[in-house]
Order: sequence, then C-alpha cells, then structure tokens
Amino acid sequence: MSAVFVSQESGTGRLTLPRVVHAEWIKFRSLRSSWITLAVAAALAVGFGALFCWAMVSHWDRLPADERAAFTPAEHSLRGYFLAQMAIGVLGVLSVTGEYSTGMIRASLSAVPKRLPVLWSKALVFGAIAWVVTTLSAVVAFLLGQAILSGRHIETTFGAPGVARVVLGTGLYLTAIGLLAVALGTLIRNTAGGIASVFGLLLVLPLLSEALPSDWQVHVIPYLPSNAGAALMHTTRAAHELAPWAGFGLLCGYVALALAGAAVVLRRRDA
Amino acid sequence: MIEAVGLTKRYGTRTAVSDLSFTVRPGVVTGFLGPNGAGKSTTMRMLLGLDAPSAGRATVNGRRYAEHPAPLHEVGAMLEARAVHTGRSARNHLLALAATHAIPTSRVDRVIDLVGLREVARKRAGGFSLGMGQRLGIASALLGDPATLILDEPVNGLDPEGILWIRNLLKSLAAEGRTVLVSSHLMSEMALTAEHLIVIGRGRLIADTSVAEFTAGASQGGVRVRTPQAELLTGLLAELVAGRGEVTAEEEPEVLTVTGTDSASIGRLAAEHGVVLYELTPRQASLEEAFMELTKDAVEYGAVAAPAEQVKERVA
Repeated sequence: MSAVFVSQESGTGRLTLPRVVHAEWIKFRSLRSSWITLAVAAALAVGFGALFCWAMVSHWDRLPADERAAFTPAEHSLRGYFLAQMAIGVLGVLSVTGEYSTGMIRASLSAVPKRLPVLWSKALVFGAIAWVVTTLSAVVAFLLGQAILSGRHIETTFGAPGVARVVLGTGLYLTAIGLLAVALGTLIRNTAGGIASVFGLLLVLPLLSEALPSDWQVHVIPYLPSNAGAALMHTTRAAHELAPWAGFGLLCGYVALALAGAAVVLRRRDA
Repeated sequence: MIEAVGLTKRYGTRTAVSDLSFTVRPGVVTGFLGPNGAGKSTTMRMLLGLDAPSAGRATVNGRRYAEHPAPLHEVGAMLEARAVHTGRSARNHLLALAATHAIPTSRVDRVIDLVGLREVARKRAGGFSLGMGQRLGIASALLGDPATLILDEPVNGLDPEGILWIRNLLKSLAAEGRTVLVSSHLMSEMALTAEHLIVIGRGRLIADTSVAEFTAGASQGGVRVRTPQAELLTGLLAELVAGRGEVTAEEEPEVLTVTGTDSASIGRLAAEHGVVLYELTPRQASLEEAFMELTKDAVEYGAVAAPAEQVKERVA
C-alpha cells in the first residue's frame, strides 16, 4: 500500500484561477439538473415565442388598426424570455445553494481556501454557458417566430433597425439575470430563499411599484433591474424608459454590486 | 506538523473551543479524542480555515492553511462524510476537486481503487451508504498525496473490515512520515490506532499525552483485598504505602482497597505476618473508564437519571 504514496502521480500543481474554472466546469457538466434546466430555459424561450407568433398570425385580421401599428415582430418572437429568465434564475441560484444544501461547499472551500476564486469561476462558467445557450435560443426563437409571422407578411429581418440588438440583447439580458442569481444564491445560501428573492426582484417588485404615486413611478420603475435590462430588448423606446445600453449598463451595475456583496460574505462567513 | 495556539471559537455567548493549544507531530497517528460536542469538529474546521477562530491561530507546516500555494498537496482533509453533492458521481466529485490543482485523472482513478469504490465510482453519491460516503471522503483526502491528513471520525459507519482497513491505512501513512490527526469519541478505537492522544472536553484541553502513558495512568485502579483480619492488615498496609497510596475500608465487610502498591507486595506482606487472605484482586480501570473519568465533567449532553426515578415513584 505504501508504494502508492511514494509515487509522484498526484503532481505538484499549484492552485490557480484557470484550474478552479476547470473544476467549476466539471461540477456544472456533471449534474444532470444543469442540462435539464438549460433545456427548459431554451424550450420556454423558443416555444412561447412561436406560440405568441402563431396567435398573432391567426388573429391578425381581427386586430384593431392601432394594435397592428404598434406590433413589433422582433420582440413578439422573443417574449418567451420572460419565462426563460425564471429557469436561468433558478439554475443560477442552485449552482451555489446546491453546494450548501449538500455540504459540497466544504469540500470546495477546503480545496480552494482563499474562497473567492470559487465565486469568480462559478460566475464565469455559468455566465459563459448561460450566454451561449440563451443567445442561441433567442436566435432560434427569432427565426422560427419570423417564419410563422411571414404567413401574414408581418415579419421582420435581422438587418432591420434595432433588431440585431434586440435578438442578441435577449441573450445578454438572460446572462445578466443568471449572474444576479448566482450572487443572490451566495448571499442567501438557501435554495428556497434564493429562488424567492430572484422571483421577487424580477416579478413582484415591478408589480409593487405600480402602486406608487404616478409622479414617483417615473423615478422608480425604469430603474428596477428587470425594467432597466429589458430596455435592451425593445426596438422602440417607450416613454420614461432608459436608453437600451444605458438600461443594460444599469442592470450590469446591479449584478456587479450583488457579486461584490456575495464576495464579501463568502470571505467572512464560516462555511 | 499542525500547531494550534490559543485557538478559541465563540458562537454568540457559547464558547465551543477555548484557548486550545497543541502540536501534532509527523510520523505517528495522533488521536483527537473527546465526547460528542467537545469541539473536535470545530477545531478541525478552524485548522482548515472553514471557520475563522475568534482568537488564536492554527497553522499547518508553519503557515495558515489558506496561505499555502497548493493546499490539497499540503493537507488532505475529511470533515464529515457528506461534503459531496448528492447528484454527482463519486468520480466526477473527485475529478472536480483534482482539477483545482491539476491532479491527473490517473491519480483520481488510483485513489478510487485504493478506497475500494471502483464498482460504484460512476454512480450518484446520493445513493451511497454511510460507509461508502466515508470511503469517498477518505479518497478526497488522499487525492493530493498530502503530507498532513486531518480526518474527522473516519471510522463512523464503517463495517469491521473497513475499520481494520482504516486503522492500517492510517498507521502506514504515519509510518511514511506524514502527520495524521484523527478524531474520535471512542477511546477503544484510538487505543488501537493512535500513538499520541490529544483529549479535549467542553472545548478545553484535558490531556496531551502518549497512549502508553495514558494506559499506564489508567491501570492504577488499586488492589481489592478481602481478609478476616482487616484491622491488622490495614495497619500493616498503611505503613507499606505511606506517602504513595492509601488503604480504604469498603462498605462490604472485610474488604479493603489498596492503592500505591501491587498485589504481589500485599501477598508477601500478609504471608510474613500470617494474615489470612480470602481474595487479592488487582483492579484495572479500562482505557474507556479512564477516558470517562477524565471527561466526566466535560460531557455536554450527559444523560439525566432523575426523570426515570420520578416516573417509577409515580407508578408505585
């Protein structure tokens, strides 16, 4: 038995950030739930986009003129993002809280006792995967949606003004939401609490703010994370809405702030 | 070499570990012993930087664990068996940990073989028995071929064959010159595995001694003597053990307990004075008794006898 330990087969490799990134990739890909949740996100984005487009095509003749005039084919085919963000948010939270609920976090932090590389690597790996999957889903949803809308000749093209930004922006928005969820998962460390806070931030907060006096609303609603980020996914700018990139920039600011908070508590708290 | 200096951990007003200082040397298995709740796990977590000490310092080979450039090659740790994502296979779990230090896949497969998990390595760890979980924990501790091993209750849940395997593994690791710290709440297990003991109770150091010394201390249980001439013998014995031990008359008639001498000397003394002996029995306190004796004031969750008696009275 002792022969095993005199060998040098375990190497003398030091702990480096790229290696921790590799470890996080192994962790992500080795859980079946990762791929199932990603598939659900993609299916929601594409499926609901197609459904909305089909409904529009079948009702187009009965629509009043003003609704026809306000119709935006690119956004319509991407409406599924609203549900896809829930799946991405859940996956982002779980990537961290799944480690806390199972005790895995103690193995992770024993291997990487400086801790922060774990958070950065998780964010990097999850962000990259989320970006690839959601961007592909958005492109597919767009193409499928336009194919359906072409039945009434109400489709648009990727080259039309603002459309490329809206399609690719859907992937960017969903990626940012995923990273926000990773940060919230690290801050809250509990699956139920993490998911509730993501839903609260994205769904409940915008509804609650509708209850504010209208002259306050203009100072609050455009700056909520979901609304700020959604500006990137609109071809035409609504009243009081932030400019597309300014809005998305603000969402990125929220994400950076949440990740910074997550880093502080990860360093400070006992694991 | 593991060093703890004035290690203290407070949770609010509760002090889990209090001013604990000890050194764990390489080359021997050191048993870290204490009743449940004594602060063993908390101390081990502080050694690994998972919990921050409220005061004091813990170092491994001269540095705090987190300051080592390659922590897994420095220290292999198994803290509670279930530090594994239940949805991931044992092999993938080890591959992920190995990747942080670029430990090759061949090493992962080697430790899987070593702990005897080859058959189930690609199954989800969530379905593992307690014993399999322990083996996986030991595999992850051995991954980096570290010079120092810290194992929290490694024999928990293992079958007799597994316990024997762990015992031999720990001894061979120490024989290679590694530092091995193993916690347990079972004195009997440590007596068979460890050479050195660090005993704690209620977060405080109770003993830091070799197992041999501990055993020698434990066997001083005295000698039981039964004789019809108790009064005469008491006088003779008192002279014999003066300054070293004492002679106590037990409640049972004609029975004495003598400390500070052995049964041979008592027998010889009795023969010289023509004292009749009915019984002459050396009483050896077992290691387990010695441990209980040592930690009885330090048991946090002692059983309370009173309620049972009250129930009996009420029934009567």
